[in-house]
Amino acid sequence: MLSETFLITLFLGAVMAGMPLLLAGLGEQLSERAGVLNIGLEGMMLAGAWAGFVAAWASGSAGLGFLAGAGAGLVVAAFMALFCVIMALNQIVVGIALVLAVQGLTALLHFVQFSQSYPRLDGMQAWAVPGLSQIPLLGPMLFSHNPVVWLGLALTAAMAFLYRQTNLGIALQAAGDRPAALDALGGNVTRLRVLTVLTTGALAGLGGAFMSVAVAGVFVPFMSHGNGFIAIVLAMLARGRPLWVLGGAFLFGASLSMTTALQVVGVNVPVDVIQMLPFAMVMLVLVLAGRKANLPAALGESFERGAR
Amino acid sequence: MQTPPGAALPPADDRAGYGRAGSGVTGAGIRPVVALQNVTRRFPGVLASDAVSLGFLPGEVHVLLGENGAGKSTLVAMLSGLQQPDAGQILIDGAAVSLAAPRDALRLGIGTVFQHSMLVPSLSVVDNFTLGGPWWQRPDRKALAARIQAAAAGPGLRVDPFASVASLSLGERQQAEILRALMRGSRCLILDEATAMLTPQEAGALGALMRRLAATGLAVVFITHKLQEALAFGDRITVLRGGRNVGMIAPDVLQARSGAENTAHIVSLMFGEDSRRPDPLSHDLPRPAPPQKGPALLKVAGLSTAGGPQPLRDISFTLHAGEIFGIAGIDGNGQKALAEALAGQIPSTGTLHLGGAEINGGVAARRRAGLSYVTDDRLGEGIVAGFPVATNLVLKEIGQPPFWRRGLVQSATIAAAARALVQAFDIRTPDVTTPAGRLSGGNIQKVLLARELTGQAQVVIFAKPTYGLDLQNITAIRARIREAAGHGKAVLLISTDLDELLELSDRIAVIERGRLSPPYPNDDTARAAITRLISGATGGADV
Repeated sequence: MLSETFLITLFLGAVMAGMPLLLAGLGEQLSERAGVLNIGLEGMMLAGAWAGFVAAWASGSAGLGFLAGAGAGLVVAAFMALFCVIMALNQIVVGIALVLAVQGLTALLHFVQFSQSYPRLDGMQAWAVPGLSQIPLLGPMLFSHNPVVWLGLALTAAMAFLYRQTNLGIALQAAGDRPAALDALGGNVTRLRVLTVLTTGALAGLGGAFMSVAVAGVFVPFMSHGNGFIAIVLAMLARGRPLWVLGGAFLFGASLSMTTALQVVGVNVPVDVIQMLPFAMVMLVLVLAGRKANLPAALGESFERGAR
Repeated sequence: MQTPPGAALPPADDRAGYGRAGSGVTGAGIRPVVALQNVTRRFPGVLASDAVSLGFLPGEVHVLLGENGAGKSTLVAMLSGLQQPDAGQILIDGAAVSLAAPRDALRLGIGTVFQHSMLVPSLSVVDNFTLGGPWWQRPDRKALAARIQAAAAGPGLRVDPFASVASLSLGERQQAEILRALMRGSRCLILDEATAMLTPQEAGALGALMRRLAATGLAVVFITHKLQEALAFGDRITVLRGGRNVGMIAPDVLQARSGAENTAHIVSLMFGEDSRRPDPLSHDLPRPAPPQKGPALLKVAGLSTAGGPQPLRDISFTLHAGEIFGIAGIDGNGQKALAEALAGQIPSTGTLHLGGAEINGGVAARRRAGLSYVTDDRLGEGIVAGFPVATNLVLKEIGQPPFWRRGLVQSATIAAAARALVQAFDIRTPDVTTPAGRLSGGNIQKVLLARELTGQAQVVIFAKPTYGLDLQNITAIRARIREAAGHGKAVLLISTDLDELLELSDRIAVIERGRLSPPYPNDDTARAAITRLISGATGGADV
């Protein structure tokens, strides 16, 4: 069962399924660090999935699809920033409302354009590292991937650097833990939080576009299928550590792609059981590690100067 | 080239102290680093800052002293850019400035160490120091740590740059915050209630530090409500009361007099002899009737509590029908525990007899027996801010007829009763359905009074009933208290405002560290006697 085919299929599947989680999770981690609990993440992913598919379908360019996906996520995030950061409304209520609104809207828009049909995109070219990708087993696993995968890895490293090594990273942590302190020192809590929410939206949108354009090659209403919420859990567990998001995304990606990998090697397990895996995994991880999750003190709280 | 102080400051008001320009240590020619000129700040129903004029001179520890609600925090908020004055000006080096945000205050050299730490606990000390720096830069932690240690050596601060803030004690956090303010080039350092959460040793060390900092030419502003600290650490003391600057004691005066003389002067400024405040009602009404006109109504014997910030120790007194019994003292000496123990909100030992029958049990039982309590925590425990005025007026009768019958709310009955009370107590509200939290402080207090004074109440406890209110509401509330006694209720009036007690009470006792002095009749010698009792209680005479 642990044949080469199985391992390669599982690994590549984990990378592909984990990538949207990684991108959205890194984004969520960024806004949580600044104190915004971005429950609307699922909506941003779905908007990105829809817009990415439509753009890629119309233009024939996957790159344009990714760009459009990031843009759509940004637009949804702009509502989040306006309502929750600038107008200081409840982050959870607004987040849920955004998810429901985007679910309805994208389903409607897809129906208007394609009625009941689900056109497919051609698959994307992976970018293989010359030479290294020819190594047996490890080659296809490690060195032949979609450019967005490389982007996700680079982003993980960049985030880790941002949090640890820059003034901006320190300001972000202050905005999430003690916004009044940042404000008293002349920082602009509102501006910082707006920027993080918009970045989160773009990353989640890109993750969504990756799902529809690179992984599925098709847009189906509601296709983000809880990925946004899993990404929120990932970000909460990882706290300020981008590498943990990476590891978590890969783990969840593996459990998501288990079905395919098992089918490839001819083992028949009921699909429903396999599809429960990621969610069982969420609960397992929460039970094991959730207790210690040390979230920012001001997470989910609006900031208003002078209010105590 | 030297500017006389008068040029930068309001028309000489002797109370602000600059009328005596040229006298004393400050001398002519030293210009305040930061000055307030007739600064006024209003909140609904409250004048938090009433035409305050002040100046902070370099090289001085200037104490702003006042009870809670005297307007200290509002001044700090305005000086640090968190709030803006409604009228008046803030001057820096004699020039009017606008402090629209905290960054403006920082830029202009006003550094504030707030009562609640403004360090991010999850970051290290050095990261807290770099906070607010240009975002694109990488912090050079090693170099900054070296600078922190170099800067700390001068004023004798001990700061470990790489420690996590969460692991520091409150005193260590404060030192770090002071150092941070200094390293940002502050010329005026404001310490807001800086000793409130420190141990006595830490507070003493902070006092010494303030003096060292002032010696380097910094203008140090120390905000406190503790008299002995003001005397121990301050070069100059300004007393705030009811949002006003009621008096300043200049360094030369402070040094020339004995500790006891200074204490007596400050106590009189903080608590009484306030001749400027017009109070039409008090002059129209006759002096309180002679005490003990009615039968004894409430007998308290050996009341003690355990725990809390200030436990009560063996308090006994008797309240008579139709009498107002005043309890004076500096805040924090057990006033809250006394009110809550009597009302049944906290457990206590000792006996309580109301009208001959012993009462015990919880709040509801005591209330049924005829004892009601008007809390000073109006928003916290007095009302439910989101509930309508009408519901708040019957809040303590929930589930009881005639407002509830067979478990059903009788909305019409409640509304009718509420309208009658709104009328009778002159509560200014758009409607009885308005959420009570939207009313001004004075009207919220009237809601409480209306609720506690109706029904079977025979004994009413008032805790700081006019705290934080404006003159009009103060007058109205005092009239109600007097009226309640006039109707034969026994009133226990706990207040930190000596004028209020002298105006209303028949007898006054002083509470100090949980003990109650024997009652003193409110006659012509009462002011002096009570003032002496309160200042004796501060321990300030030893300073």
